[in-house]
Amino acid sequence: MGITLSRAAQWTTASSNIGKLEFTPMNELLLKEILSFVEEFSSQHPQQAEHVFKEPLQWTTTLVASDFKTDYDISDSVVQSQEKDSEGHPLLLLSPPNVYVRSFSQLCKLVHLTNDKKLEEVRACLEDNRNPVVKVLGPSFAAELEGDNQDETRLFAKVKEEEEHKDTDDKVKLFLLLQNLDKQLLIKLLHEISQQVELNPAAVKNEVEMLKRSCGNGESRLLKSIQYTSDYEFSNGCRAPPWRQVHGEICYLVIEPCDSETLYITCSTAGVFLNRGIKQKGEENDYERTSDTYEDLVSLLKSKSPQFAKNINKQDCAVQELPSTQKIQHVESVDAEEQGQPQRSYEQQEKNVHEKARQQHTANKAGGKMKYEPCPRWKDLGLKCPPGRAEEKKPNKSSGEEKSGEMYKKKMATGAKSKMKADFSVSSLPGHLSPLKIKTSAGALPVEVFSESSTESEEEEEQPERRPESNTDLPSEYWHIQKLVKYIKGGDQRFTVLTLCTLMDFNLMQETCQLAIRDVGGLEVLINLLDTNEVKCKIGSLKILRKISSSVQIRRAIVEMGGLQSIVKIVDSEEEELMALAAETIAIVARFPKARRTVRQYGGIKKLVKLLDCVSNLANLSVRQEKDVEIARCGTLALWSCSKSTRNKDAIRKAGGIPLLGRLLKSPHESMLIPVVGTLQECASEESYRIAIQTEGMIKDLVKILGSDNDELQMHCASAIFKCAEDKQTRDLVREYKGLQLLVSLLSKADNKHLLAAATGAIWKCSISMENVAKFGEYNALEVLVNLLTDQPEEVLVNVVGAVGEFAQIPENKATIRRCGGIKPLVNLLTGTNQALLVNVTKAVGACATDMDNMVIIDQLDGVRLVWSLLKNPSADVQSSAAWALCPCINNAKTDDRLRRHLAEAIGHCCMWGSNKALFGEAGAVAPLVCYLKSKDSSVHQSTAMALYQLSKDPNNCITMHEKGVVKPLIHIMGSDEEMLQEAAAGCVRNIRLLALANRKVQLFY
Amino acid sequence: MSELSAMNRKKIQSLADKLSKHVNHFSKTEIECLICDFNVLLREQINPGKANGLDRQNFRSILYNKFGMSDAIIMDAVFRTFDTDVDSFISVKEWIEGLSVFLRGTLDEKIKFCFQVYDSNGDNYITKEEMFHMLRNSLIQLPNDEDPEEGVKDMVEITLKRMDYDHDGKVSLADFDKAVREENLLLEAFGTCLPDRKSIRGFEQQVFQHQLEK
Repeated sequence: MGITLSRAAQWTTASSNIGKLEFTPMNELLLKEILSFVEEFSSQHPQQAEHVFKEPLQWTTTLVASDFKTDYDISDSVVQSQEKDSEGHPLLLLSPPNVYVRSFSQLCKLVHLTNDKKLEEVRACLEDNRNPVVKVLGPSFAAELEGDNQDETRLFAKVKEEEEHKDTDDKVKLFLLLQNLDKQLLIKLLHEISQQVELNPAAVKNEVEMLKRSCGNGESRLLKSIQYTSDYEFSNGCRAPPWRQVHGEICYLVIEPCDSETLYITCSTAGVFLNRGIKQKGEENDYERTSDTYEDLVSLLKSKSPQFAKNINKQDCAVQELPSTQKIQHVESVDAEEQGQPQRSYEQQEKNVHEKARQQHTANKAGGKMKYEPCPRWKDLGLKCPPGRAEEKKPNKSSGEEKSGEMYKKKMATGAKSKMKADFSVSSLPGHLSPLKIKTSAGALPVEVFSESSTESEEEEEQPERRPESNTDLPSEYWHIQKLVKYIKGGDQRFTVLTLCTLMDFNLMQETCQLAIRDVGGLEVLINLLDTNEVKCKIGSLKILRKISSSVQIRRAIVEMGGLQSIVKIVDSEEEELMALAAETIAIVARFPKARRTVRQYGGIKKLVKLLDCVSNLANLSVRQEKDVEIARCGTLALWSCSKSTRNKDAIRKAGGIPLLGRLLKSPHESMLIPVVGTLQECASEESYRIAIQTEGMIKDLVKILGSDNDELQMHCASAIFKCAEDKQTRDLVREYKGLQLLVSLLSKADNKHLLAAATGAIWKCSISMENVAKFGEYNALEVLVNLLTDQPEEVLVNVVGAVGEFAQIPENKATIRRCGGIKPLVNLLTGTNQALLVNVTKAVGACATDMDNMVIIDQLDGVRLVWSLLKNPSADVQSSAAWALCPCINNAKTDDRLRRHLAEAIGHCCMWGSNKALFGEAGAVAPLVCYLKSKDSSVHQSTAMALYQLSKDPNNCITMHEKGVVKPLIHIMGSDEEMLQEAAAGCVRNIRLLALANRKVQLFY
Repeated sequence: MSELSAMNRKKIQSLADKLSKHVNHFSKTEIECLICDFNVLLREQINPGKANGLDRQNFRSILYNKFGMSDAIIMDAVFRTFDTDVDSFISVKEWIEGLSVFLRGTLDEKIKFCFQVYDSNGDNYITKEEMFHMLRNSLIQLPNDEDPEEGVKDMVEITLKRMDYDHDGKVSLADFDKAVREENLLLEAFGTCLPDRKSIRGFEQQVFQHQLEK
């Protein structure tokens, strides 16, 4: 019960402890099973039924006192059982609306009392007692139940040591009964689930296409319309946004049936169900399920739209025939294609093959009748299968064709090396072209319990029947590869190696070959070879895996099949060639999070780090040492791929990888340096690495490598410096080792945008030190940077502008920026939307604005208005940066009353936004504003007073104002004729006064 | 070998001197060790009296016991390759020269060695027939009662096509060399004829260290 309830039952909210059991057929089944268990408990196990629970089961009941009859003491609404425990407490206590039950016999009686509400009571009980076993037996027993421990004697011992209890025996028996129930429930549920067909994007797409064709106007149309909510299809075939895809959701549909209201439907891997109405953009709670889950669209629609159900039955024949006519058209188009463009034909064919296979699946999968009922042939044979199971069952025992398929499979399985893995999840069969049934464990069930491979082999057996139809279209590689895989399975070591060498001769970087290998079950075979003791076979297998892993699908399949674990195992083998190949393969496979996690979880990081420990002197190597260095290089390549995950970065550090990387940094070979620097720059996102890079003396090497003439290497180096130069000492070291000049010289490679982004980033961070800015001046860096303010991608601009902002801290640089025409592009960038860029741009503009001549230009370009408009930016960083930038504008706008008026007005308005009041204060805007009051222009007075009034709502600003002697001019202004002006000035004075009063109070009383 | 007389030792040393001029991968001390070991092997031979060296049977049992080889065809072929003077015995010189490649050969040497092993009639070509002969039992089973022999024939065809760069229908040393350089795994394509790392280490340990200890 423990496992079933916590894992298999479908709760509404997974996280909370107060979830409700959803109303699904599965839960219904679960409840019924538990109910019958309880109902029969007293009669079947009378002794155990008396066992008193560790803690009472308590829930909100619908029962009232009048429902209870004999055997109970009833006073008012409170009911107590006459049955008491050894201490005299009743075993049942009803205190509406709560009921407390402490034995199965009472539970049993209670259930019998409830008549027609039995299920509801069980449901309520389970909802309120999420872990009933804990309450019945105590937590340690419940843990035992989860732990699947069968050892009875151990249990006895456990009970005895826990408590000297006379009913030890009963407790253990009770435990075993519950354990048994749990198991029974799981088996039942799994049985249920195994009948549900899992969906995937291709299947859904096919079904939608099929239904689309049957929309229209005619009498026999199935639907009015069917539409996706999104036109965008991700590469995996899903249309649901990625954060919903993690829940297994594939896409959302809006369907108008002919006879009922519009249906909003979610298609997920677990099935199809109604949602709360996802249209274009789903609100969070729109995604909630509001109906049962159906195995596909047709069955959902059948239950929601009677007309659909009626018409689809009529149309069955038509639907079935659809794909075949389609297919003929297809073949023709392929032929045409082939004559026209022979060089493309393979690829084209490949695509068509997939398409076709999919269509064939459609025929079986989506074509309503065929799926749910035995096709006529099976009907004739008198085969009666329950609906929904027909497809699975039919091939099992009937035609000789399938028999042979089955035998074929068995032979394969017994073949010398084909140790079939039970847990593979991507179908492996010969001729299986599109993995329509991608198996993900349904609802986190412990799927191992039921044999998944059985369904897998059933699929396999279906193949021989289908294949002949598509024979003609398969590329010749496909057949060759299929034959070779067969050879590997049946051959000895020599033959296998020869076959692997033959396989290597195919163009393994080509998708056709990659997918062919997968589709004929080659991946399993290759992975199985990795677990043998044959070194040469392993080498051959890895050489192939390494190449075909350039395909995303293959990478994923390898990981799904547990191949990556086998590869990780090989990393610390004794054979050098194997070590290198394994590491190299990991480097390619570990390009997505799950793979990276797998490498870590199987101890791969440690093993890989060990590979780096080769010779200490990397120049003048012997042949042997060269081999070691090559292994180290492959190890680094693998670590580089793995280091994209933060946890792996930690793992590399903990395994002692940093000093080893530092040693390899001294290698004279670019092929070594690229992965080493690549890994370092990837890891430099972590502070621990930045510190280590500096303290281990790597900055010197990095600067040296910066002087190489390999773009990629320079890019990684510059990135590493970019990340590390947050630290002042590092910045100084870069200067000391003459890295600044090298960085500036990289700016000439402006065509390589990645390199440019890294170099400008490094310059930006280095320029935080003013000594560096001065040094940069010697190389005319600023002039070059200003030229990079236009026509660059944002990743470059952020850094360039950041650097310009730092450079502008030095007065003569402000003039340089102006002289080089940098003000205009800077102001132009104020209209952008990239927040990181805006933070830097406002900063740079603010820094430039401290120069009077710059200020004039900024004002002419309407820059001040642009900056203050950024005060409304949703990002707090942009706001504060903009506020900071406005201050010099305020200061410098001394003479121009028009500008002053607008500025004050802007500040006044901006203060109504968020934390701007305080930000202006921090940025020092208050004092110059007070000075504005000296202006002779009354409109300046008005807007200034407004602004001051707004600012005065922040106590710190009041203090500043007071210090700057604001009260006197304000009092003067209060005498103005303008009502607005009067009010603002008075309001401001009032705020200052209130603060002063509050202050005085504090002083008086404390 | 305390019982070895000074005379014997001198003999061994001069023999080692002589051999070290022909052998690339062993030091003189190592050669001495190998000579001693050879003498032991010779003494163990069932019929040592008339022997000028190791006979085929003894050689095969050495290959089996010390280097884990089991394919009779290949073992005979290795014997043939060691036996450069074709007298059906492996002399101490043949033994040590052979081992030099066998244990420590460069890729070049190994290519040549393997080629000689696979060229069973010594005509400097590996022919389709020779390949088939060597691979005869290498395909154990195929599904659906397909004939494994057909599979082997198929693989021989494929391999010949792949290695026959000069399109003369057979594999010359030059062809073989080129194929192996392209894909090292093809070095022992037709059967394992070189020892693996572990048995090399075991053998060297036994012969060199063991001997030195005495």
